[in-house]
Amino acid sequence: MELSISKAKFTPKVFILVALILLSTGMLFGTIGGLQYIIPGFLKEALSFEKTRPLHVSSVLFWILFASMGAVLTYLKEHTGKKLYSNNLSRLLFILFVISVVAILIAYCFGVFGGREYWEFPPILSAPIIIGWILFLINFIISVGTLKNQPVYIWMWLTGIIFFLFTFSESYLWLFPYFNNHVVNDMNIQWKSYGSMVGSWNMLIYGSSMYLMTKISGDKSYAFSNKAFILYFAGLFNLMFNWGHHIYTLPTQHYVQYISYSVSMTELLILGNIIYGWKASLTKAQKFFNRDAYRFLVAADVWIFLNLVLAIGMSIPAINVYTHGTHITVAHAMGTTIGINTMLLLAVCYDILKDTCISLDPYQKLMKFGFWLANSSLFAFWIALIAAGVLKSKWQMSSDQIAFSVMMQNLTPFFIVFMISGVLLLIGIVLAIYPLFKNHLACFFTEKNIQ
Amino acid sequence: MFPDKQKFIVFSLLCIGFLSYSGFLYSHLPVSNPVFSVSQSTGKSLWQKHNCTACHQIYGLGGYLGPDLTNEYSLRGPTLIHIFLQTGNTTMPNYHLSESEIQELTDYLKCVDQTGKSDPRKFTINANGTINQ
Ligand code: HEC
Ligand code: HEM
Repeated sequence: MELSISKAKFTPKVFILVALILLSTGMLFGTIGGLQYIIPGFLKEALSFEKTRPLHVSSVLFWILFASMGAVLTYLKEHTGKKLYSNNLSRLLFILFVISVVAILIAYCFGVFGGREYWEFPPILSAPIIIGWILFLINFIISVGTLKNQPVYIWMWLTGIIFFLFTFSESYLWLFPYFNNHVVNDMNIQWKSYGSMVGSWNMLIYGSSMYLMTKISGDKSYAFSNKAFILYFAGLFNLMFNWGHHIYTLPTQHYVQYISYSVSMTELLILGNIIYGWKASLTKAQKFFNRDAYRFLVAADVWIFLNLVLAIGMSIPAINVYTHGTHITVAHAMGTTIGINTMLLLAVCYDILKDTCISLDPYQKLMKFGFWLANSSLFAFWIALIAAGVLKSKWQMSSDQIAFSVMMQNLTPFFIVFMISGVLLLIGIVLAIYPLFKNHLACFFTEKNIQ
Repeated sequence: MFPDKQKFIVFSLLCIGFLSYSGFLYSHLPVSNPVFSVSQSTGKSLWQKHNCTACHQIYGLGGYLGPDLTNEYSLRGPTLIHIFLQTGNTTMPNYHLSESEIQELTDYLKCVDQTGKSDPRKFTINANGTINQ
């Protein structure tokens, strides 16, 4: 590590390396959380669920952020064909993020919390994240120079960086008594920020995968096309206004429900576009499927379709009232962060890290096996969560409710499937990324380093 | 290809819309002039400090290992809340809370309870897909 973050050798690839480590440890914490679902009291003294859940969720969210930063910085350099404005700013960004992640994970282990969902660490630890992100923004803007005649992925990256900064800061408005004085006011703004924040990292990820697609196919025209920009603006519109579907049952103003319900339905346009372009993407998929990175892009396409159908359903208040508060929400959250975000980012990781120091050819079989294992177990994982959610929903709606603990006990078979498929998913992903680690280590020891 | 100028215009209009909506929401919070006693507000800090949200939901939002506590106060009453907080259970840790901390958390749950109902059975579903309570 010292070598790779020393001034001369620093490259954005270290973001990807740390990201992959966070992904692996995050899944391990998820597995412990899953075990706690089926063995009540498991590791209660050392690592109770209020610790494992944030350890899991924060690790995987930082996997997404680190990989996205690494992707944007690497691809921006490739896109402009020049050095970034400042390597030192990237290095500082990296150091600030590593410091905060380490501090955050340690704080969780000791039970020190800020207690906000997803970002459950003490608020002070968000300071290095915000400062680092401002440096990222500055570095990005100066490196890009102008927005004139730029492909859509540059717009997406810029949008993602700006909106993450805005929404992440917004999620700390609760520190002001004006917002914190009432739980409904607080949750209203909290979920406004979270809803858009997800959209902001999606912009970074979709932008990177679009760059990668352009690179693989060698065809730049799509990234400049009207269709690409229309879909980008549709995505931005949803990022800004669809967040209300998280809080349909919160007693807030009715227009919040109406606005986000109508805006969410514009996602049907995106769904329609996928179905319409199905055949063309299938032909392309067959053509490039043997490339390691491309395989993950194809998997993400399938997951986008499945999760979009679920998400659009859940955005209809009349359906949301059934799914809200059940594991269908967890299926949606993990279905999208694993199926879409993780698959796209793994494609990017392959593209950025592969074959730099050793040939990955001997590992082809292993990587393919990991890919298929991960995707098939993710399917079982997703279905098990949806099934558990449907049964919980029936329970929530029934007129003579049995006790919560009995209902949870009845769901155990589904949680066992969830747990086993979760472990297989972990194994699949680790097998798929193992050669990348190996390559990185080889780079490290040959001092060829990760240029 | 759309000219850059059109892209800037669309982008700016969307941003103006977003910022106006945000500003409007900040200045028109759902509950104006809330009354929040000191004890309740310490209760909220305790709720966050112990990360109760990792296992419990308020209005369906939170972790899912434990039950939703939005209307716990009116459904089960303060005595049960006290007992749970004194002992924990197989899954829920015993936080070794002091009597006053337990009272503050109970006050907080009382305050949350008074803000509305989270039970999905209490909603009516309209033909256009919206819901009301
Ligand atoms: C590790 C998970 C976990 C954490 C953290 C946790 N709880 Fe619980 N809690 C549970 C479970 C599980 C139940 C049992 C539900 C049942 O069996 O009815 C429960 C039950 C309760 C109940 C009684 C609800 C009922 O109807 O049975 C209250 C009140 C409660 N918890 C409050 C809290 C508060 C306040 C905190 C934070 C200080 C907290 N809990 C933290 C898991 C947790
Ligand atoms: C790339 C891998 C993964 C990602 C990106 C991911 C992401 C997430 C996210 C975002 C949540 C929050 C869900 C919500 O609030 O609704 C979550 C919760 C959870 N995840 Fe994962 N996850 C991954 C892998 C796993 C694995 C392998 C397991 C093992 C079984 C697992 C178990 C859990 C558990 C138990 C929860 C808590 C559910 C609850 O709130 O009660 N995850 N995960």
